[in-house]
Amino acid sequence: MFQPLQPERPFAEPWHAQIFGLTHALANAGIFTWPEWGNHFGAALELALKEGGPNDGSDYYDVWLAALESLLIEQDHADRDSLNDLRAAWTEAYLLTPHGDPVELNSNALVDRDAG
Amino acid sequence: MTKKDHHDHDHAHTLLPSDPVLRAKALETLLVGKGLVDPAAVDAIVDTFSNDIGPRNGAHVVARSWSDPDYRARLLADGTAAMAELGYSGMQGEHMVAVENSDQVHNVVVCTLCSCYPWPVLGLPPVWFKSPEYRARVVREPRAVLSEFGLELPDDVEIRVWDSTAEIRYLVVPQRPAGCEALDEAALADLVTRDSMIGTGVAMNPETS
Repeated sequence: MFQPLQPERPFAEPWHAQIFGLTHALANAGIFTWPEWGNHFGAALELALKEGGPNDGSDYYDVWLAALESLLIEQDHADRDSLNDLRAAWTEAYLLTPHGDPVELNSNALVDRDAG
Repeated sequence: MTKKDHHDHDHAHTLLPSDPVLRAKALETLLVGKGLVDPAAVDAIVDTFSNDIGPRNGAHVVARSWSDPDYRARLLADGTAAMAELGYSGMQGEHMVAVENSDQVHNVVVCTLCSCYPWPVLGLPPVWFKSPEYRARVVREPRAVLSEFGLELPDDVEIRVWDSTAEIRYLVVPQRPAGCEALDEAALADLVTRDSMIGTGVAMNPETS
């Protein structure tokens, strides 16, 4: 069942590293405390399992991402509309960028957000 | 959107990444835009966890504890301070407790809430440490779980399960194998596996390492 000898990379996917780093940076900056994060994330993990999530930890970072979004929304550091708009802006950036070029967010997306 | 108008549609476009990738990018963009995080700080944290910290740090602590009785006493009395002596601190390692195995007691660590882990000395936890199955079962039936890791403990050995939290994180000091009296600290550290410091394994024997 457990595979203790299987070598593992620190982060299986770059976005796992990204949200892990973001969470640490936010805690280091005092945006939330580690116990606040632990309790919020722990509750999200428990809920995910109750709702039929996998038992092997494979959804761990998916739950982490959703928990980070919801904690920041709960604490008024983020809002769902802005996240949706920025997600759409990143989607567009990927679709418009020729393969091989670095994908960058159109600066209009940021300007619009600041205005809004 | 003039770029779109001039775009050559014969070009292959960049593949659209998965939903979490886009959401993670959206989140970082928002937080950086609001000045809540510095992207360089995020990169530095990822780089540290990817390259600089891992179970070798914990193995150093254990090997020192095996070879220096004074250090062992300091480690068991105040894990945080003793690990910081060797340069392993910060990264939420403010309250670290070392628990030592003996012929009578075997220690094993879990975080039933989420996945609190002694980052400065072990780096990132393995996937199984984060799984609901391990988190629930190692508390309920530790002996059975350890045997699934290939660790069969005699019935008279007491198993103590330590539940980590955001405030207190545990490091298991495995028993020093027999027959390694001649080894120096670096060679001793090579015997110390990650799992032996979580408690789901034991240190390697010198001849098998």
